Parts: sequence; structure tokens; C-alpha cells
Amino acid sequence: MHTLSLRELADGLAKARFSSEELTRHFLARIAAHNPALNAYITVLEEQALAGARAADKQRSSGDVHPLTGVPFAHKDIFCTEGVRTSCGSKMLDNFIAPYNATVVEKMAAAGMINLGKTNMDEFAMGSSNETSFYGPVRNPWDTNCVPGGSSGGSAAAVAAGLAPAATGTDTGGSIRQPSALCNLTGLKPTYGRVSRYGMIAFASSLDQAGPMARTAEDAALMLQVMAGFDEKDSTSIDCTVPDYSASLNNSLKGKVIGVPSEFFAEGLSDAVASRTRAALSEYEKMGAVLKDISLPHSHLSIPCYYVIAPAEASTNLSRYDGVRYGHRCDNPLDLADLYTRTREEGFGDEVKRRILVGTYALSAGFYDAYYRKAQRIRRLIKNDFTEAFKSVDIIAGPTSPSPAFALGEKVDDPLTMYLEDMYTIAVNLAGVPALSIPAGMVDNKPIGLQLIGRDFAEADILNAAHQFQLQTDWHKQFAPAFA
Amino acid sequence: MEWETVIGLEVHVQLSTKSKIFSGASTTFGAEPNTQACAVDLALPGTLPVLNEEAVKSAIKFGLAVNAEICRESVFDRKNYFYPDLPKGYQTSQMDAPIVGAGVLDIQLSDGSSKQVRIHHAHLEEDAGKSLHEGSFDLHGHGMSGIDLNRAGTPLIEIVSEPDMRSAEEAVAYLKKIHSIVTYLGISDGDMSQGSLRCDANVSVRLKGDDTLGTRTETKNLNSFRFIERAIQVETQRQIDVLEDGGKITQETRLYDSERNETRPMRSKEEANDYRYFPCPDLLPVAVDDALIEQLRNNLPELPDSKRTRFENDYGLSVYDADILTAERSIADYFEQTAAAADDAKLAANWITSELMGRLNKEGLAFNQTPVSAAQLGGLIQRIRDNTISGKIAKQVFEALWNGEGSDADAVIEAKGLKQVSDSGELEKMVDDVLAANPDQVEQFQSADDKKRKKMLGFFVGQIMKASQGQANPGMVNQLLNEKLGG
Repeated sequence: MHTLSLRELADGLAKARFSSEELTRHFLARIAAHNPALNAYITVLEEQALAGARAADKQRSSGDVHPLTGVPFAHKDIFCTEGVRTSCGSKMLDNFIAPYNATVVEKMAAAGMINLGKTNMDEFAMGSSNETSFYGPVRNPWDTNCVPGGSSGGSAAAVAAGLAPAATGTDTGGSIRQPSALCNLTGLKPTYGRVSRYGMIAFASSLDQAGPMARTAEDAALMLQVMAGFDEKDSTSIDCTVPDYSASLNNSLKGKVIGVPSEFFAEGLSDAVASRTRAALSEYEKMGAVLKDISLPHSHLSIPCYYVIAPAEASTNLSRYDGVRYGHRCDNPLDLADLYTRTREEGFGDEVKRRILVGTYALSAGFYDAYYRKAQRIRRLIKNDFTEAFKSVDIIAGPTSPSPAFALGEKVDDPLTMYLEDMYTIAVNLAGVPALSIPAGMVDNKPIGLQLIGRDFAEADILNAAHQFQLQTDWHKQFAPAFA
Repeated sequence: MEWETVIGLEVHVQLSTKSKIFSGASTTFGAEPNTQACAVDLALPGTLPVLNEEAVKSAIKFGLAVNAEICRESVFDRKNYFYPDLPKGYQTSQMDAPIVGAGVLDIQLSDGSSKQVRIHHAHLEEDAGKSLHEGSFDLHGHGMSGIDLNRAGTPLIEIVSEPDMRSAEEAVAYLKKIHSIVTYLGISDGDMSQGSLRCDANVSVRLKGDDTLGTRTETKNLNSFRFIERAIQVETQRQIDVLEDGGKITQETRLYDSERNETRPMRSKEEANDYRYFPCPDLLPVAVDDALIEQLRNNLPELPDSKRTRFENDYGLSVYDADILTAERSIADYFEQTAAAADDAKLAANWITSELMGRLNKEGLAFNQTPVSAAQLGGLIQRIRDNTISGKIAKQVFEALWNGEGSDADAVIEAKGLKQVSDSGELEKMVDDVLAANPDQVEQFQSADDKKRKKMLGFFVGQIMKASQGQANPGMVNQLLNEKLGG
């Protein structure tokens, strides 16, 4: 059952081949067996999931239900879940039991889906390897000496190892797409504003976006359908119609123009990944699409731009963790300054502290113009690059990540090298456009991803292109051998 | 040396919206601590602000009332600092693009003159919570600090003036004007005792004739007209003393201690440093279109200035009375209702400014706490006008109404038998009795000259009023006396 797609699980439930309870028990058993080796989950919700599954079975037997009712999945531990510890991978929130549900959590629950637990992640979603988590690193099911990518590394490992059929993730600079690439998944970052951020613990508010991580484009479409939509509790969510993402999956790609940015195949990309990516792109030509060389001339500025804006926003988003109302508080503070200093010294890990410092600096008087304001101008240029490119192409495609999964510990002490992991994904967040990563083959027996980028709110277009690719290839069907 | 004081005020006005500026929690004052703070106000992880439209409309109304430019796309910024009563670690405020731009305000001074004060801008922001301290706070003390976040997120407009005021009196007049405008607009209850209107005063002094501004200090959190006046006076004197002793003024934030009537510097820890303002990424710019502005403009109530002019012109009130009666919308409304019921605006104005306000003042009551309604007071004045009672008896009736001893003046007059005696036969008997009882005075009167007679007449009137318990019609008594004494 754990190798089936969401679509297949939904069919199985509909045809009563198995019950939700059986399905849920199966995944809980797999979590019990394999999570110790992978560390994909921070919290497993055994009783709650089983109670939910039984209720879903009852509901299903008594009438019309959402197709995904009774289908288990996992939530990244960044989504506030009522009555459940919501840690964001940090010691700071290790004792935080959320008293309310994130909108995404509400929506999944309303569809009848069963939350198996909360998955591991880089602390406050800051990292590309899932090594900054307070709960320890996550291992890649394809090679347990390697990282799963980050920050949604727990979700990626859980789905790749069959400890959940799908999971939610969040993506601020690549945190859904890069781990999806490194773990052979289909992961989608929607357009900024497509999915509510309410209840999703903020890293960088103008970049954060939640999305699905699944095995197939079909599954990603099913899950995005549940997650997407306007939310009056999030002023940045956008009130526009959510299309039926499954309806357009089978559209023909004949004549579609796929732009291939030269900047995505330049210095920094491994030769093996480059040639594998080009091979994947050629599949599209076979389907009648046209590949077109394009340029995103400001791509080289995305990392510096991102590492001003994201830390700047993070530095103030994380000010609320002060030990006063909830979360970690240092013992016996001498005075207010001591309470703040030690609480934050003890509660945050190094990478979080590094970004708070960088962000505080970038916003400080005297440096604001040189850093934050300039970064905002560059962000506009990057957005314009995409707007310009989409005048002549329907989709932009390239590698998701410059290399396949790397070894645990390999880059963790070298933040600048680690930041390059997101060199192809970050521009997308700065521009706000939707993008996904699909399995595109193996390099050194490890999966790599192909990134498809769409116009604003054109999630349906990239899901369509991803599904068509998956009809022609079977990379996405390959399962981490040790966990099959 | 002759010194000139230069004052600019930053006034914080709490808006009386039902819910908070960025959350649905109630803004009611005085609830149990932390019962009016929702997940957003507590800054729980993952929560997001949603702007309250009413707060935006309130700010626009204020802007229109002071003829200010309304910003078509104002922006909320985060003002970052750590304090326990600031749950997010930043205050959401407006820095570069405030909703209300430059405007002007006319203030009235006690010498009857008026003056224009420029408003630099007004912006929307959220209030912080309150820190409550108990006990000792030294290292080995056992003090306790509590945080009440009920107030956190209450909408404020901060109105920043230009340094146009030159005395404490002008500053108070400016603040009173702001108070009157916001209460007229109905955007704030203006209740200073509950912190609905608070003020920081930027004060500097310079030699008269100097064009450059002296170094200023900012005196924080003044929450009554009296404290503002006194704080500015003592701060001005302090600065003059420092300068005359050859010292320099330090630019700093100071606190006014009302018990010692002095200002003193805040501890440096509490002082502002780098707030790292930047646009709040959780909120979109606030787009305001012409249609909304016009709709709000067309529905503005009559404001104090035009009401005052109308009261002077239509009711023939003095500048002084018109000023008092338009200071608050509730007073103005009360006056107009009383005047209509009494059919006499001047008498209504006199009764309100002297009798009613005197009594309210004596009892320490606010105007809207008056136990005597406009209809009751108007009815009372009617009875004076139609000679049912004298002005003196009217005060008794007013007292009775104040104490709730009757539904209206007529009921009180009836119940207490206070109706004026105008029956000429009855009055004649009273006059005769008094004259008979005071033969010496009658004799003196008759031998006195006109000037003296006038004075002496008062004696007889007094005796008759005493005999009638004040109910004799004074006009008729005078007439009868004149006839009988042959005056």
C-alpha cells in the first residue's frame, strides 16, 4: 500500500479494497519500523490518526465524501496544529502546543485526510539539508549517508520511504522543490498568495508559500486542490478562482514553448546533472513542445538578493520568540535583558542566529538603503526577467538543484556553499511565480529533479507538463530500494 | 534675556472601533486582563494581521476634518523593538507613507484670538499592551511583572504637529481642539482618564527673534490637559534655567512626574535606538480611492469651527459662550435641544454654562453624566419665561430635577407648590402687611431722595419675597410698592 499514489489510495478506499483504518495502521507501522533510521517525523499522531481513520471509514460508508477522505498524509511541523506540538524544528518551540489550526491544516482536515504526524525540518525552515533541526538531521531514503535536502526534508524523506503517501511542505527559497528533487518526488511551490499562510510559522513573509509534496503530478494536483484558495485571515492571499487542477493534466503539449534559461546551465552545475536535465528536456520535444533558449539576465543576483530580504524579514518575524508568552524561556532570568538574551541564545540554533544577525544588520539605520532597499530593487528586476520571458514561452524549465543529494556534514559548516544549493529555485520565490520539481533521472544512483516554472497562477500549466512527462517516463515510479 | 518656547505635539488618539486594528478581538476598556487578546494579539506563531477597515475610515475622517491630503496608497511598517508588552517584538505603524498628510488646525486662545497650527501628518498604528509591576525590582527583590495584552492592537492615530505652538496655553488649546474634532467625528471617545487621548510634547526654547530651533526634549505620555500644561511649563523653565546657567540641553526623552511637578530623563534603556523600520510584508499597501474619500467627506458631521460660527450667528451667542458650548459635540447637541425646548437660546446658554456646568464641575461629573436632560432644562426655562416661576425659584426646581424629584419642571412646581404668586389681590395684601409691619422704614423712605429710595425699595421687595417664600411675582411686587409708597 505504501508504494501506491494518492490517486490509487483514493480509488482503493472508494472501492473498499481497504479501509482508512487499515491504511493508516499500515503507515503507522512503517513509521514505527523506519523512522528511527530516517528521523523524518518529529511527532507521530498515532491515536489521533487512527481515530480520524475510523471516523473517515464511518463517513465514507454513510454517504458522499471528498475523494481524499481517509487518505493519510503528513504535515511539515511548521503548520500550527491544534493540541499538537508545533516546533518548527526549533528548541524555541519544543514545548509549544498550538492552540489553533493553520488554514492549510483546517482544509486538509475538512477534506477528511488523516494527519499521521508532523515532519522534521530545518529550524524555522532555514536550511537546505535538514541538518539545522533541533531534532537532528533527516536521512535520505535513497542513501542514508546523504541529506534529503531542506528545509522540508522530513516531508521528503517520509514520502520517499513510504512513511506517508504525501506531505505538506513550505518553500521560501526552494524548500519544497530541492528536497523533492533529492528524494525523487513531485513537489510544487504555488504562486505567492495561492495558499493561505495563516498558521504557517513565518520565516520570510513575502516569500513563504505552502505546497504539496507527493510522488506524482496527479497527486500534487489533488493535494493542491485541497490546499489552495483565498483566506480572509491572510491579507496576502489572493482572491481568484481555483481551477480544477486535475482537469487539465491531460492537455496536449503540442506547440507549447518551453524556455530554457542559459543561466541555469552555467557555472556551478555538475556536468552529470546538466546532461541528465537536457535528456529530460528532450522528452518534451518528443511530445511536440518546442524548446527555446532564453535568458533570465538577473539570475546571478538572486542569491545575494534573497540573503538580504529573507533574513531581514526573518529577523523581525522571529522577534516574538522572547520567552515572555510561550516557547522556551531561560531559567531564573536576572532581568529583562537577561531574559531576552539567554532565552534566544539557548532557544535558537546557529543558522537561525546567523540569519537574524544578517537581517538585523541589513535593516539597520545607515545600511537599509545599501542592502534592503537595493535588494528590493533587484527583486523587481528579477520579477521583470520572468515577466519578459513569459511573453515568449509558456513554461520555463531547468535543473532544480545543481547536484544530487550530498553527504551529511559535507556542507553544514560552510553556509555559503550551502546557499548555492538553492541557486535555481530562489529566483522563483523572489518573482512569486509557481514552480515544481519532478523526478528526472538518476545521477550516481541518486535522484535529480527537473524544475518547471509557470506564469503567475498557472499551476495547472506546470502540473499538466509534469503529468505529461510522467506519462512518458517512469523515474517517478522508482522507489528508494531500501524502503520498497 | 527673553526666551521663546517652541512646542510640537504628538497626540495618540485611540479609535473607538469595535475590534482591534489587525484582529477581531474586542477593544472594550476595563475587561479582566488578557481576556480580550486573541491569537493574533498574543503574536502566536503563524498568526497574521488583517487590517480593520473602520480604523482606516476613521483616520481618513480625521484627515478630512483638518483639510489634509489623504494618501492614496499608505503603507504599514514594522517598528522593531523588544518590550514585554509588545508581543510581536515590533509595532505595526506607518513611517514613510502615512495615511494622512499635511493639514491645518485653528485653535482659540483665551484672549479671543485664534491661531493656525500645522499638522505634519497623522498615521495609523497599533497600541501596545500594558506592563503591570508589583513589589521591589532590585536584584534580590521579589517583584512581579504582569502583562495585560487587552490593549495590544487597539487602533491609534498618531497626530504629529509642526513645532508651531509657543506656550503651554497654545498646546492645551491645540489638544482640546484635537479632542473636540475626534469626538465630533465619533472616531474616539476622547476619554483621557482611560488613555484614549495621550500626548508627547516636544519642547525647546530659544532666544526671542532666533530663527533656528533649540535642542528639544520629548516629554512622554501626558494624559490630562492639566498635566500637559504643567509639564510644558516646568520643562520650559528647566530648559531656560539650564541655558541661563551656561549649560546645554540634551536631546532626550523625559517623563513628567505629576506629584513632584517635574520632568526627569527616562532611563537610557527605555530610550529609542534603531527601530529598523521596514514595510510590513504581511500587509498590502492600503489603497484608498476617490469614491471612498468623497463618501466619507459627504458624511462628515458639522465640525466645531463651523458649529461655533453658526451658534454665534444663529443664536446670537457670545464668542465665549459659543466656544464653551461647542467644545464637545454632546454639549452642543444638549444646548440645541435645550434651546429648542426653551424657545430661548440665550437663557439656555446661560443656564448650561453657569448652573448646569457649575453643578457638574462641583460633583466632578462629565457633561454626558448630567442627571438633568435637555428637555427638562428647556421646560424649566419655559416656566421662567412665562412667569410661572422666578429665576430664584427656578434654581430650586433645577435642584429638584437634579435629584430626580420629578419628571419635569411642571411636576416639581406642582408638587412643591412653587408657582409664582401673580394674583394682585393676594400680592396687595402681602405688600400692605409688610408696610404695616415696618412703619419706620416707610417713613424713612418717604423722606429720602430718589437715589436712596431705589436702594430702600430693595428692602421692601426682600421682605415680601421672604413672606411669600420667593413665590411673589417680582415685577408686580415692584409695581405695587411704587404705587403704595408713592414713589
